[in-house]
Amino acid sequence: MIPGAFEYHRPESVDAAVKLLAELGEDSRVIAGGHSLIPMMKLRMADMSHLIDLQKIGDLKGIRVDGGTVTIGAMTTQHELIENAALQDAAPIMREAALQIADPQVRYVGTIGGNVANGDPGNDMPGLMQCLDATFTLVGPDGERQVAARDFYEAAYFTARTDEEILTAISFTAPKGGYAYEKQKRKIGDYATAAAAVLLSKDGDRCSAASIAMTNLSDTPVYSADAGAALTGSPLDDQAIKTAVAAALNDIEPAEDNRGPVAFKIHVAGVILRRAIERAWSRA
Amino acid sequence: MAKTHLKMTVNGQEVETLAEPRELLIHVLRERLGIKGPHIGCETSHCGACTVDMDGKSVKSCTVFAAQAEGADITTVEGLGDPDNLHVLQEMFREHHGLQCGFCTPGMIIRAHRLLLENPNPSEEDVRFGMAGNLCRCTGYQNIVKAILAAAAEMNAAKEAAQ
Amino acid sequence: MNEMSPPKSERSAALKGLGTARKRVEDVRFTQGKGNYVDDIQQPGMLFGDFVRSPYAHARVKSINAEAALALPGVVAVLTAKDLEPLSLHWMPTLAGDKQMVLADGKVLFQGQEVAFVVAEDRYIAADAVELVEVDYEELPVLVDPFKAELPDAPILREDIADDLEGAHGPRRHPNHIFTWEQGDKAATEAVIAEAPVVAEEMVYYHRTHPCPLETCGCVASMDKVNGKLTVWGTFQAPHVVRTVASLLSGIAEHNIRIISPDIGGGFGNKVGVYPGYVCSIVASIVTGKPVKWIEDRMENLMSTAFARDYWMKGKIAATSDGRITGLWCHTTADHGAFDACADPTKFPAGFMNICTGSYDIPTAYLAVDGIYTNKAPGGVAYRCSFRVTEAAYFIERMIEVLAIKLGMDAAELRAKNFIRKDQFPYHSALGWEYDSGDYHTAWDKALKAVDYDGLRREQAERLEAFKRGETRKLMGIGLTHFTEIVGAGPVKNCDILGMGMFDSCEIRIHPTGSAIARLGTISQGQGHATTFAQILATETGIPADDITIEEGDTDTAPYGLGTYGSRSTPVAGAATALAGRKIRAKAQMIAAYLLEVHDNDVEWDVDRFAVKGAPERFKTMKEIAYAAYNQAIPGVEPGLEAVSYYDPPNMTYPFGAYICVLDIDVDTGETVVRQFYALDDCGTRINPMIIEGQVHGGLTEALAIAMGQEIAYDEIGNVKTATLMDFFLPTAWETPHYTTDYTETPSPHHPIGAKGVGESPNVGGVPCFSNAVNDAFRAFGLTHTQMPHDHWRIWKTANDLGLHA
Repeated sequence: MIPGAFEYHRPESVDAAVKLLAELGEDSRVIAGGHSLIPMMKLRMADMSHLIDLQKIGDLKGIRVDGGTVTIGAMTTQHELIENAALQDAAPIMREAALQIADPQVRYVGTIGGNVANGDPGNDMPGLMQCLDATFTLVGPDGERQVAARDFYEAAYFTARTDEEILTAISFTAPKGGYAYEKQKRKIGDYATAAAAVLLSKDGDRCSAASIAMTNLSDTPVYSADAGAALTGSPLDDQAIKTAVAAALNDIEPAEDNRGPVAFKIHVAGVILRRAIERAWSRA
Repeated sequence: MAKTHLKMTVNGQEVETLAEPRELLIHVLRERLGIKGPHIGCETSHCGACTVDMDGKSVKSCTVFAAQAEGADITTVEGLGDPDNLHVLQEMFREHHGLQCGFCTPGMIIRAHRLLLENPNPSEEDVRFGMAGNLCRCTGYQNIVKAILAAAAEMNAAKEAAQ
Repeated sequence: MNEMSPPKSERSAALKGLGTARKRVEDVRFTQGKGNYVDDIQQPGMLFGDFVRSPYAHARVKSINAEAALALPGVVAVLTAKDLEPLSLHWMPTLAGDKQMVLADGKVLFQGQEVAFVVAEDRYIAADAVELVEVDYEELPVLVDPFKAELPDAPILREDIADDLEGAHGPRRHPNHIFTWEQGDKAATEAVIAEAPVVAEEMVYYHRTHPCPLETCGCVASMDKVNGKLTVWGTFQAPHVVRTVASLLSGIAEHNIRIISPDIGGGFGNKVGVYPGYVCSIVASIVTGKPVKWIEDRMENLMSTAFARDYWMKGKIAATSDGRITGLWCHTTADHGAFDACADPTKFPAGFMNICTGSYDIPTAYLAVDGIYTNKAPGGVAYRCSFRVTEAAYFIERMIEVLAIKLGMDAAELRAKNFIRKDQFPYHSALGWEYDSGDYHTAWDKALKAVDYDGLRREQAERLEAFKRGETRKLMGIGLTHFTEIVGAGPVKNCDILGMGMFDSCEIRIHPTGSAIARLGTISQGQGHATTFAQILATETGIPADDITIEEGDTDTAPYGLGTYGSRSTPVAGAATALAGRKIRAKAQMIAAYLLEVHDNDVEWDVDRFAVKGAPERFKTMKEIAYAAYNQAIPGVEPGLEAVSYYDPPNMTYPFGAYICVLDIDVDTGETVVRQFYALDDCGTRINPMIIEGQVHGGLTEALAIAMGQEIAYDEIGNVKTATLMDFFLPTAWETPHYTTDYTETPSPHHPIGAKGVGESPNVGGVPCFSNAVNDAFRAFGLTHTQMPHDHWRIWKTANDLGLHA
């Protein structure tokens, strides 16, 4: 497995990277950790003349928790997400999810920006970002713009990011209440058979707010507003969970693959989501 | 395709070589620098046979372009010990029969090295989770886990003795 | 006289001989990254070969245009079948008496088949050139299902032999049919089944999988045109056989071919066969005069080099109403892919599948195997098992469970009731084997006791009740297996590979200072031969194992041998080693007697020396004897101390074992957790307990993978769905359970040291054990059998079909 040839660029600022991307045109791609892109290039399923490496851009690194707002540079690795104490305090669901991604070596290199930007429905972070209602910052020739994670994904590998733009950061409001990222996979290193991200708030005995998103069960991550609505205001009893699960299952459209047929995936999605809701509620 | 000039530190030595940007770090190490400890097993970043330590991280060198590694500080199993002074992990892998065909071993040992630096007192579960990026087809892992736990104990004992 | 001489036990321990958990000598270099595997080999001016492969499972190759590839700077040659045809190398013989295309000759028959071989200055240029070769295909109908191979509308795959009514193994009834192999008494078995009060029937499928060693296959071929010598380094489990085949194919005299197996990164059967990559590399080296390296990538490995299993085994087992087995009937449909490239001894087209009566005293049995061509990769290798023995063990251990269900009996009790008794050995099976030794009841009782079998069954019953009450969604399964293997092929009288009798060999040279080198015809792929063979020799010659170098794998220096697979190294080469050691000792005895000035018969062997009978203080150590052998003229004795032994075993060996697995199944997600695995192995005399335990751990993990998810799956048009390690299941440390090992020791009566071999037992016994546990979990709900692999969705489907999700 040998990749095709390319010219390599290592800009030191976002501006320089954006400029390069514009100059080199559609035959160029940015590379973050590269653990999605490089295997595709080795399989000759991705081919480009120019590769723009973002590793040297200091502005893309780092995790900032500031007055309840979490901002994470796109080049922050999964390993850094796992190790960061401030992030663990502000949004422990990030660590819980990151630990379920790939394996240790891949987490040292794989970045959150790469995970959310490339549009692979198997990636875990996009669903989680939708659950958190995160905002992505995109920088292009015309400057900077923000896109909500819930509006970002259009189809497998198709997103709201244009070819001239670079995803530079994600940000979200630190969630309150209970959380869970539940994932079934065949083994370490696999994508999800089904995964669910759940955030719940509790007011007295009732659920006061709920956010639910699912991974690898459609050609995009699935944020299910209906599932969240089914829980909000409920006592989080069996009936409420059933309604929420049914609503979420109504929003997914899994495809058959080596992980199993559609009926199995739908069933497992329901089981996994129920577990995530129950675990999140126990933490709320 | 034109070759570019690469400079990196490998096992404590500054090295320079010419390579195409697309060359994989594993090929640069093995074929340009003659460092043959890291091996190629799966080529899709699943098996970990090519693991090296790069800038303080365990990295699968089959999924890093030569150009990305420009300026990096890399340690392979060859940099851990020498024949007269083996690293305790190398000794414990032998002591506890933590290898058979030996193909995964350099990646296992260099990964275990980083794991123990980050977590000097791992549980069996920590070791199994922390080594899950390295596949072995021969041992069933039981003796690998045993070797790593034994190495941790030895290293901690040596540290205590030094204090 | 030496009164300071250490006591016997101390001298014996110093040898690190048989039974010692000796640390491995190989590990010193492997732990330092100083192994020498085939891809580590660099030669000046070396070129690199890479294949253009077929994207289609069945297609006619209308044209191949290599112009653009040849125009790429750095490309040296592009070989196609047309280039190989004048050398008669466009096809090659397989180990199973068939032939296989080296490069596509007019058509392709499986996805990933070799179409053209690009030779370039480095692997990057070669890969670029592969992309530039234009092949014009015309797609043909694809045959994936072996049960459709003989239907009227089935496409004819092998046009080259479509009209041959006689194959290598007898008559063929259809162009897509390869052979029918029958064993046992058909009429008698069918009569027993017709009259039996209880008959259980099942279709047991052992799915297609792949040995997938961590190192893929590859070679470096170097034709030295100055001295006319061809050297090939490669991943060869049988280097001498490769040399003979290379000589026969190429016409190069065998003494001008040197085959070297360097360190091998795992084999498990994958590296027994001869692959197109080897042939093309050799041809390319001859054509270019330069060394040529070919290393397959992981996808090529999984898609084109030897698969394993793919046996559809239809079984009937008959018994009395109290559970005494009276007959076994089996018809197997064997999917061989596009060419019959099974690695089996010539006379055994279905390997030793006729060991399928297992550990049981079954008076009447019949087996038929039909080999079938399909549009899949060729192979059928013994993936960590002796030839088709894992298929046989899986079949009988499933049939026993199915019969237990039919009888309403406990499966442990049913087994014990039907085991071959200790006093029946040597035992002649209804399908023609002579089991050498065994004590199954002792092993079985030890195993059941070790896990508290009755306690486990009680716990399972309680869990079941809790499940029915809705308190848990997890079921508990208890998997039982008692397997009997047949390994150590084999007697030359009935076992050969391409006509070469399956003996093996050892050559020993004792150096004047009392250390030694021994060379063997086998080749380690991780089994630790350099460690264990030295232990055998230490016990036989009294030279410490640490002073003995073991060398394998270089055909210029090693004696001829048939290689390492089918757990044959210890039974065959191990025996040769012991006997060569005994030849050394016989000569040493004469020298010692001369030095001690007594008659030959007046000295006796004592650990590391010959001593005068009745006067143990008068002795000569092997070290002293070795020195004398080279430095003293001894009347009537040639100088030197060397021996060679070629060993033709009188029989196979029959290792056995009792395995028990306990697992929990989540019926909602199909996930499983193995919470206990107990493995008792009886491999006869134990050479190195540490290495045995390591072999068992490894083999069990391969069994876990196969049983729980590992497969080579095809879609309906012959595309491989599992060609990378994302989808081809290899468990990590996280998914792998902790194993408990145990043993009994029943030596082989015919082996010089009583050893039987162990490397493959855990795979053979492990697969049915894991699978039986899954099946057992659902027994209470009426399940008799569900097919492997037991991955999440298939387990979920089983639960779903049983109504457990209602």
